[in-house]
Amino acid sequence: MLAMSTPISLELSINDDRVRASVPAHWTLLELLRYELGLTGTKQGCDKGDCGACTVLIDGKPQLSCLILAANAEGKKVQTIEGLQPAHRKAGGVGLDPVQDAFDRCGALQCGFCQSGMMLSARALLNENPTPDRTEIRQALSGNLCRCTGYTQIVQAVELAIAESTGAEPESPSWSDGNPWKSTTSLSGKNGGDA
Amino acid sequence: MGARDQHGTGAPWGDEFRAVGKSLRKIEGLSKATGEAVYADDIMLPGMLHAKLLRSPHAHARIVSIDTSKALALEGVHAIITGADLPICYGVIPWTKDENALAVDKVRFIGDEVAAVAAIDEDTANAAVRLIEVEYEVLHSYFDPNESLVRHEPAIHPGNKHGNISKRVELEFGDLESAFASADVVMEEDFVFHGSTHAAIEPHCAVARASADGLVTLWSSTQITHYVQREVSRVLGLPQSRLRVIQPTLGGAFGGKSDPFSLEFVVAKLALITGRPVKMLWTREEVFYAHRGRHPMQMRYKTGIKKDGHLTGVEATITIDGGSYSSFGLVTTYYSGQLLTGPYDFPNYRFDSTRVFTNKPPCGPKRGHGSVQPRFAFEIQLDELSEAIGMDPIEVRRVNDIGENTKTVNGQRVTSNGFGRCLDEVERASEWKTRRGKLPLGTGLGVAGSMYISGTNYPIYPNDMPQAGIQLKVDRSGLVTAFTGGNDIGQGSSSVVRTILCEELGLDPLDVRVVAADTDLCPVDLGAYSSRVTFMVGNATIDACRKLRKQIVEAVAAKWEVDAKRVYLGSGEVFDTEQRETKITTREAFEIAEAFHDTLGSTGAYNTPTLGGDYRGGSIGASPAYSFTAHVVEVDVDVETGMIDLKNVWVAHDCGRALNPMLVAGQMEGSAYMGIVEAVFEDHKVNRFGLHSGPSLLDYPLATALDTPELHALIVESIDPEGPYGAKEAGEGPLHPALPALSNAIYDAVGIRLRELPFTPGRVLTALRAKAALDKETKGASC
Repeated sequence: MLAMSTPISLELSINDDRVRASVPAHWTLLELLRYELGLTGTKQGCDKGDCGACTVLIDGKPQLSCLILAANAEGKKVQTIEGLQPAHRKAGGVGLDPVQDAFDRCGALQCGFCQSGMMLSARALLNENPTPDRTEIRQALSGNLCRCTGYTQIVQAVELAIAESTGAEPESPSWSDGNPWKSTTSLSGKNGGDA
Repeated sequence: MGARDQHGTGAPWGDEFRAVGKSLRKIEGLSKATGEAVYADDIMLPGMLHAKLLRSPHAHARIVSIDTSKALALEGVHAIITGADLPICYGVIPWTKDENALAVDKVRFIGDEVAAVAAIDEDTANAAVRLIEVEYEVLHSYFDPNESLVRHEPAIHPGNKHGNISKRVELEFGDLESAFASADVVMEEDFVFHGSTHAAIEPHCAVARASADGLVTLWSSTQITHYVQREVSRVLGLPQSRLRVIQPTLGGAFGGKSDPFSLEFVVAKLALITGRPVKMLWTREEVFYAHRGRHPMQMRYKTGIKKDGHLTGVEATITIDGGSYSSFGLVTTYYSGQLLTGPYDFPNYRFDSTRVFTNKPPCGPKRGHGSVQPRFAFEIQLDELSEAIGMDPIEVRRVNDIGENTKTVNGQRVTSNGFGRCLDEVERASEWKTRRGKLPLGTGLGVAGSMYISGTNYPIYPNDMPQAGIQLKVDRSGLVTAFTGGNDIGQGSSSVVRTILCEELGLDPLDVRVVAADTDLCPVDLGAYSSRVTFMVGNATIDACRKLRKQIVEAVAAKWEVDAKRVYLGSGEVFDTEQRETKITTREAFEIAEAFHDTLGSTGAYNTPTLGGDYRGGSIGASPAYSFTAHVVEVDVDVETGMIDLKNVWVAHDCGRALNPMLVAGQMEGSAYMGIVEAVFEDHKVNRFGLHSGPSLLDYPLATALDTPELHALIVESIDPEGPYGAKEAGEGPLHPALPALSNAIYDAVGIRLRELPFTPGRVLTALRAKAALDKETKGASC
């Protein structure tokens, strides 16, 4: 009668760490990450594959961790939002992954709940295609629902990250004549840009 | 309203603002970027139990008996509670407390909470829920609000003296009869607004812990910590001082986390019973049933206009489907009439709004509470009237602009008003003059305007205490910590506080911390609703900063033996304005002040002035300042399929002063998105059994990045005389014009007037066919 299943022992690669865990066989990767490993940056919005909040990268591809059994992630490389900055540092970068930094500087992180998945989808897109156009960006992010932003500042964030990686000037937002994000590059944002 | 509440509109300490007006990063942005931010469901406590609810399978039924014995016997179950354990009614409005944490005697909608189980894990709790046996006596269910208007037996709330009527408000200003007699054109039409829900991506979640000394701590995904504390302590019979409510990082709300909810009472009770921490996380389906979303409304509007474009009078009759409980419904009913009286000046107005109970998920406040529906109807009718008198719709709106420093027909004080500039902005940016009415068949432009409150002087429960309170603590290290009861729900509440501290005290943003929405630590603030935060919390913060600054400047002046007027503090350093080489850091100034005054801190507060019309309900909708918005929407309509393709929304919004333009733009874009997609994609409806038609984010489709139009935020600053540095709201007002502007754009595109939401392909095609038939008939008649 109880829906309990026997625990199974798993060995996984999470954010480049080899992780051993014992969880009920019916647990999803999302449950394993959040409730067993404490990697709560991955969010649960619907638990049935509709919202995209639980998106993680599996072998570099954005996947819904609520639709994947934890056991099925064995033998694959799983990257969560917690792994994004460390991976950037390991690759010789400083500060945050440019996607994370641009999301913050562009105001894309309102409630933030959908954004772990959104940023991972954006990261996967840029790894595949470093200079996507706006339609390609919107397509790549269309599996991640956001209820706060209307997606505008999210798209701007991805475009800012692209512009800064290529040295191009980002398109000004409708509410500013120039590049309002230029002077928010310092972490304290002390000299924030004028509108 | 004292001097405490007004602080001027300019830069406080010099010619230019240092932090205000800059698009600084949000205070918590990086914690969200890295996944570090802790939301309610991220909280795990040692020994924590998981709770689940048994919900009613019937829309309307009497509970005959509940047997929990089999469920209790299940291994791993620690406690089960029912309505008998929490018999005290609650409700956010003090006069309409008609809800129970768990049903007592009756259930009123499918999904109504009946019993709760705390168990070792969710699987066990779910298994136990299935073992609870409930016997129901099914009652007649009401799904049509028109039936509830006339039939009152059986009553959904037997104690309600008006049967199935939840609230009726009838108010009249001026003389409607002569208003319509003096008009050149009078139109009277029916409009239908469907229901929609908030669908914040974070589901509701609460965690409670009861300490051995009787203190209860409740973490909840709420946007109004203070009201949760009041209601949960009352229902549990706890002194308010022994319940600590903390709002963790919140994953979206939009009004959907304003009421106290069943899960908050239940986890607190179960924690008290079991002595263990208890968590409850709702599934997405449960969130759809918990609802409190936008009220469906049936609206009849009659409006008169003169050939010169001036409106003569407006009459509205509105039936509001409230669902099964009162929630904020009393306010909704007033707002449905009270908030229409701007941005246009009409000298005569009457509204008659009736909210009824039905056996559906309860409705409540959703972004633009109570006024999005009337705005939808009125702005479409205004478009039709413009056409009837042969005047450009933007011009008609200009002609009727109520202007600044005036009063509305229902007695609301309007101070700053940038509506005219909003119209100018959307007209310019959309190239209205050269494009509207001249685009190819299928493409069109439409306009609409609106006005909204920046907070209200109605504090839900009557009291003379401040609506916003804040406390500052100064540290020798140079750090200033602000403690605010204001709820940051992602809109940037705590970032506003930080910006003001930087401006007033010359601090670096990293030397400011904000502790928010923790009832043990923070002074009371009424929370994140009615677009009150920037205006009220902002003013309270300035108040606290100025008091603190005075102490610091006084101490430094004493140390330097100069007049306090000579001491400048405000740019990260403190100097003598007459002897610039006498200069110290802010941190050193803090040390001098602490030595002079002892431990340093200050408090600040804000309350509204006395506002509103001199009649019953005249203070509901009275705000210290109003924001103004205009939208132009560009749409493509496929005449073969009826599909609507949203192309562009230009949204111009008068926010007074943009304290952080990037965050203001984010609110404007988010609002415009939420409004326009609500018109095309969303429909919160139940079927003839009371079952939700699709309680998932697939069946209740939310717009993706591909569906959402390009949103163009155009900030208009009117500089309000009473707002913090002149600021007003930006979080709700910019939603309103989206839906009617879309309807008006569809008319420009294909010549059909859609007065009933949502704009499904079927509805578009039906209207197109009706138009074709009418065109044919007219053509035939003219031959």
